[in-house]
Amino acid sequence: MASITHPGHGDGHHGAHDEHHGPGGVFHQYIDLEQQNDSYIVGMWTFLVTEVMFFGALFLIYGLYRYAYSQDWFLAHEHLDYVMGGVNTFNLLVSSLFMALAVRAAQLKDRKVVLRLLGGVMVCAAIFMVIKYFEYTGKFHENLYPGPTFTKNAEILHGANLNKAQMFFGLYFAMTGLHGVHVVVGMLIIGKLMHMWWKKNPMVTEDYIPTELVGLYWHFVDLVWIFLYPLFYLMPRPDALAAHASGGGGH
Amino acid sequence: MSTTVTTPIGGLDGSPKVEQNYLTNGHTLKSWLLTTDHKRIAILYLISITFFFGLGGAFAGLIRYELIAPAGNVLESETYNKVFSAHGIIMVFLFLVAVIPATLGNFLLPMMIGARDLAFPRLNLLSWYLFNAGGALVLAALVNGGVDTGWTFYTPYSSLYSNTNVSLAITGIFLAGFASITTGMNFIVTVHKMRAPGMTWFRLPLFVWANYATAVVMILGTPVVAITLLCVVFERTFKLPIFSPELGGDPVLFQHLFWFYSHPAVYIMILPAFGVISELITNFSRKRVFGYHFIAFSSLAIAFLGFLVWGHHMFVSSQSMYQSIVFSLITYLLAVPSAIKIFNWTATMYKGNIRLDAPMIYAIAFMGLFTVGGVTGLHLATVSTDIHLTATYFIVAHFHYVMVGGTITAFLGGLHFWWPKMTGRLYNESVAKWNAVLVFVGFNLTFFPQFVMGFMGMPRRYHYYYFAPEFQPYHLMSSAGATALGLGFAVPIFYLVKSLFTGEKAGANPWGAHGLEWETQSPPITVNFETVPIVTDEVYDFDPVGEHEELMAKLAGAKS
Repeated sequence: MASITHPGHGDGHHGAHDEHHGPGGVFHQYIDLEQQNDSYIVGMWTFLVTEVMFFGALFLIYGLYRYAYSQDWFLAHEHLDYVMGGVNTFNLLVSSLFMALAVRAAQLKDRKVVLRLLGGVMVCAAIFMVIKYFEYTGKFHENLYPGPTFTKNAEILHGANLNKAQMFFGLYFAMTGLHGVHVVVGMLIIGKLMHMWWKKNPMVTEDYIPTELVGLYWHFVDLVWIFLYPLFYLMPRPDALAAHASGGGGH
Repeated sequence: MSTTVTTPIGGLDGSPKVEQNYLTNGHTLKSWLLTTDHKRIAILYLISITFFFGLGGAFAGLIRYELIAPAGNVLESETYNKVFSAHGIIMVFLFLVAVIPATLGNFLLPMMIGARDLAFPRLNLLSWYLFNAGGALVLAALVNGGVDTGWTFYTPYSSLYSNTNVSLAITGIFLAGFASITTGMNFIVTVHKMRAPGMTWFRLPLFVWANYATAVVMILGTPVVAITLLCVVFERTFKLPIFSPELGGDPVLFQHLFWFYSHPAVYIMILPAFGVISELITNFSRKRVFGYHFIAFSSLAIAFLGFLVWGHHMFVSSQSMYQSIVFSLITYLLAVPSAIKIFNWTATMYKGNIRLDAPMIYAIAFMGLFTVGGVTGLHLATVSTDIHLTATYFIVAHFHYVMVGGTITAFLGGLHFWWPKMTGRLYNESVAKWNAVLVFVGFNLTFFPQFVMGFMGMPRRYHYYYFAPEFQPYHLMSSAGATALGLGFAVPIFYLVKSLFTGEKAGANPWGAHGLEWETQSPPITVNFETVPIVTDEVYDFDPVGEHEELMAKLAGAKS
């Protein structure tokens, strides 16, 4: 261990700002690129843990209320368009594939392919937001956002208790909204990453770790949606309702 | 600590390089406000935190002044609600959560492990800005008329009924929470990846272990309270029904989620204090710490168990009785690792060569006060006694023994201990010693009577007690003690600031303490170490026999 070198030594004054790094983009606090990359990776996973806890509280709230109000929530959920949600799910899965391939291309230092694939991710993310926009405005037109103006028309909610349906849509907007914010933030980060690749910044072109970390974030955003989609759009028919349906022979 | 040093950082070209210390490396305001140096950020945090502590203390003073007379002295009921809410919000979210990790932790953690900085210096700076932005919003909420929900923001009052600045205050707390999360992330990555060569996990100073455990709680707990409080804001502004009972929501669910963070949060406050005390006891007993592994792992055990006991805040909510029993039993379990620490410190002092300098007085005060706070915690962890004591001054006294008697005492001890390292100056030791005694006495005078009157039934959060004037003597004692305590907190500001200008130069290691931070100059240079330290032995390798012989030889030399 006696031969530790310090790539970032050259400038001497680190105090005022540390934008300047030594050769290979190593910041002054790190001994070498390996330590820097290890720190980035642990840091990113730590951040994702905080994100899991962040969403986790909402998933817990969802779970408790769905358990308590399963029938009304089932009836309310039938008003969500599972085709739109499904298209968006497929769309995000494709974007994750693009992202994984982009990381692979970054490892191979194939700049053009990276830029093309990241562009693909951006397009998918934009399509996601557009579809989400149409879904949200549709709900707004039907007065399905929570509050005193929430619809009094139980028919469009298939006879669900309006209070419970309001809670369903409240959590729907809270959780998909928070997810949407993460998609937008993801687009900003990917945009910045593309800019760095575009400008041939050695921090990304010489080293695939930054690209991989952005990828990790994007996969996380994707994964949240993978849970949100079945939870909100694809509820199984509760037993009591199923018995009623088969007994009545109606629907 | 035994270290060998090899590669020089600077001057590979052979030229002698004059390194400035971190305080003199840049004098402009910009060099402070845009610094990424963990030591400067620690100083910035120290300034912010002192400000908020003073403010929170002023509100405490108002509370104590109001309660001198049974009918209340000055405040209306509504104002009083806002005053104790402000006291709680500021002290919990803008002082206690950040105080030791963000100041001493920020300053010392990289130095103790032989690193040049935290892993993410810019994130660290962001943390300070988030903290201040959050503090500014809370201040705005107070200036704009205050908040009357208490620091706990219980629903449905906070979400549906309160007409005060709840949303503004919560947004501030949300931002301050992210300051805490970023600090936690930084600490975890730094401890995992930035240790100097040879600094193995079991050579880490116990202060580092404690801050690591704290960081784990920070990143697991804070996001949950952040989203929970955000739900309250959404409920207020967008009528998003999450906790509102009239639509079928469960207001008690808020309490569950809130305490899922806010109980572990008391470990965010006390674990770093444990770390400070471990260092103080060892260094001022001149002895290897007793049971290093037990102290290190008890920190992790507290961090883990801390997440399983939140229900003991809710024995009188609608929570199931069986749930309460389980929470009660796990809470008993949690007393074990805390007790392990106290016993280990006591064993460390046993036959040690104890020096009663000011930091050590604070450390010993801590052990007494924290033990009282911890043992009374068991009364509150027991369902039957808790139901009697809920919402009385007994609880107020209990958590002030733990938070003030614990965290603040440890902070003051640590601040005195590392002050020469941070500033390069020695403070006036005899004044500091007497002040430490004053804090101890003032503290007990303030809060011990609260145990008694709480046990007898004085409810908390009342701004008068004309229905029970027999409590007045206790309130008088408490208010007198608060005055002494306030003095004890104010005096250090004067002699510590004075030491900056007239204090004796400290030298690298004025205490003869052990640890990598003492092996660099005081104040340290910006990159902490001239050379990358290589660690070859544990940190607490005190040699009492050798020290004794050295002293004897010195005395013999003086005689002849």
